[in-house]
Amino acid sequence: MADLILGLWLAPTLAIILILAIRRARAAEFLNLAAAIVTLCASAALLARAPARPVILGDGFLLSSPLGLWVVLCVALVYALASIYAIGYMRLLTEEASRLPRFYALFAGFALTMLVAPFMNNPGIYWIVIDLTTIVSAFLVGFEREAESAEAAWKYIIIVSAGLSLALLGIILFYWAGTFSFGPVYAMTWHRLRLMAPHAPHSLLLLAFLLTLIGFGTKVGLAPMHTWLPDAHSEGPAPVSALLSGALLNTAMLGVVRFLTVLDAGGLGGAGHDALCVLGALSLTVAALFIVRQTGAKRLMAYSSIEHMGVIALGFGFGGVLGIAGAMYQMLNHALNKSLMFFGAGNMMRAYKSKDMRVMRRILRFYPVTGTIWLLGAIAITGAPPFGPFQGEIAILRAGMGGPNTWAVAVMALLLIVIFIGFLAHFRRMVAGPMPAAGHEPGLALSVWMTAPLWLAIIPLTILGLWWPPLLWRLFVRAAQVLR
Amino acid sequence: MPTFVIGPLAASLFTVLAIVSLFLSFVMLGSHWLKNHIYAFALESWTIAALSAAVAYFGHYQELYIIAILTALFRGSLLPYLLLRLMARLGLEREFTALLRPSSSLVLGTALVIVAYLVARHLGARVPSDDRIVILALTCMLSLKLIGFLMMILRSEAISHILGLLVIENGIFLGSQILVPGMPLLLELVILFDLLIIVLTFGILMRYLQLHAGTTSSRGLQRLVG
Repeated sequence: MADLILGLWLAPTLAIILILAIRRARAAEFLNLAAAIVTLCASAALLARAPARPVILGDGFLLSSPLGLWVVLCVALVYALASIYAIGYMRLLTEEASRLPRFYALFAGFALTMLVAPFMNNPGIYWIVIDLTTIVSAFLVGFEREAESAEAAWKYIIIVSAGLSLALLGIILFYWAGTFSFGPVYAMTWHRLRLMAPHAPHSLLLLAFLLTLIGFGTKVGLAPMHTWLPDAHSEGPAPVSALLSGALLNTAMLGVVRFLTVLDAGGLGGAGHDALCVLGALSLTVAALFIVRQTGAKRLMAYSSIEHMGVIALGFGFGGVLGIAGAMYQMLNHALNKSLMFFGAGNMMRAYKSKDMRVMRRILRFYPVTGTIWLLGAIAITGAPPFGPFQGEIAILRAGMGGPNTWAVAVMALLLIVIFIGFLAHFRRMVAGPMPAAGHEPGLALSVWMTAPLWLAIIPLTILGLWWPPLLWRLFVRAAQVLR
Repeated sequence: MPTFVIGPLAASLFTVLAIVSLFLSFVMLGSHWLKNHIYAFALESWTIAALSAAVAYFGHYQELYIIAILTALFRGSLLPYLLLRLMARLGLEREFTALLRPSSSLVLGTALVIVAYLVARHLGARVPSDDRIVILALTCMLSLKLIGFLMMILRSEAISHILGLLVIENGIFLGSQILVPGMPLLLELVILFDLLIIVLTFGILMRYLQLHAGTTSSRGLQRLVG
């Protein structure tokens, strides 16, 4: 198992070193792609061998838990899809051609930090790795060096750093609470925090949890700490947006869930679950309001990410086997679906030379295949059958009905309908609106690198919608047993 | 919780150092000259380094001496130097667009310290430790946190935001020296280096801002809304 983890980290590391050594765009593209494929295989193999109980490895530094491995798979999947897409997309940015090796080095570095974080057994080190993801991705967001991307990168790093400083305070308070059980010097691990929780003062535990929830919640993009997210996700290059949305948010959500289990162990779970439900419902509300009135294609997808993080937060907030299973299923579906949506948005943005959806007209006429898949993706992401997100959302709604937070079920159901209408209204206008003005018809021929990832995302999404594999169900049950 | 017995001398020394750092954050809050901020921040870092050394001496935590030296070196010297250089390069002298006058910000800061004290007293009454120093440490930690956030909210220059963030980090460091002096060395070291990387990143991004957005004030960053 340790070998596989090492392989998982080694592939992107080697890719970064080689890219920086060779410094040629073409080599960088394929080195990064090769690293992505290796990590995808390694993460799948890790998940296949996932033990029922969390395993501690590497001198107590590494933790391999079902939920952690699941997040790693989601990261690797998005990384692989985005690496394919990046080859086609980044070649279109001709003005950046000389900086492409640096882009791919940062890209692989960003993926590496996200592949490291879920394995960290020490909450403090986990915090540091999450902080590193911010630093690396800020440069990716600001890669295009325009006024908008510089602004987005700045907002991103300042808001997320401020949020994460709250999480650090929470972690210190957790450590302090542990000193009453273990003495002043001890190695902090997730497991030890759960052990000390029953003996810790309740108000201290609750304060520490709320601080970590706000802190990592900022990184997850839960409202009202979401303000950096639409900017960062819409201003980076499309492959970066996919990685930010499909992979990074899940990695941070893992921290929230693990701290929630500490609170559960301390007998304060009720308050923690309530807090998560409130933030989840608030995120859905904010997302619904902004989706309805959105004009930018990628900003629309960004608000949809806030929506889905709200849904996943509600899943973990409702808890129980069904809630956790639904949330984990939604993580994978969102990772696939949001990558598809950002790739589609990137294609259309390049084709119509605008980020504005009001300019993208008659997409099906000019791009019958890509446009259709993008449209299907939009139907999927709003939670309509027969696609994966529908299954995940229904599971989460069912989980909520059995719990104490039934109000959140009602709010979620209502807002999902609002979002369905609002989101698809934009697509209706893009499909059926008037023809683009003469001279503004899109003329870009999309390369196979830019269309293949769409296929690679929509096919599993459809399968996951029609059939919930029993293998996955068993994994979710094991994860839920660990989390409770 | 400090498990060593804190004598009256140690207790008063810790108290003085903690109060001095709190006072220095008020100096930052009350002045609009960036140079003053940076000097106050440097002094605050040196105070915290002294506190680390004091805890190391009275509590017999040898590794805290290393932390003290690194704090003085990185936070007290290198970071202020980098910030001064950044300031000179960007040609910034002072914060022009603060939301409130210095006197009003000071009053607001005082109110925040009172809030921090109330929270600290509430927590202090519930933990199995009757040391007064715990309440003091918590108060300073939370106060610096809140004052840092206040600075970030009231000011719009990018460099003021960095300084606000650094005040927050200083607060966490200050509190952790007293509350959890036994925190593993590795973690503290990594957090120190992490801070350095963050400030370097901020520096680079600020120059991006200057170059591509033409401003480093958040008042000027209004392109992305809705």
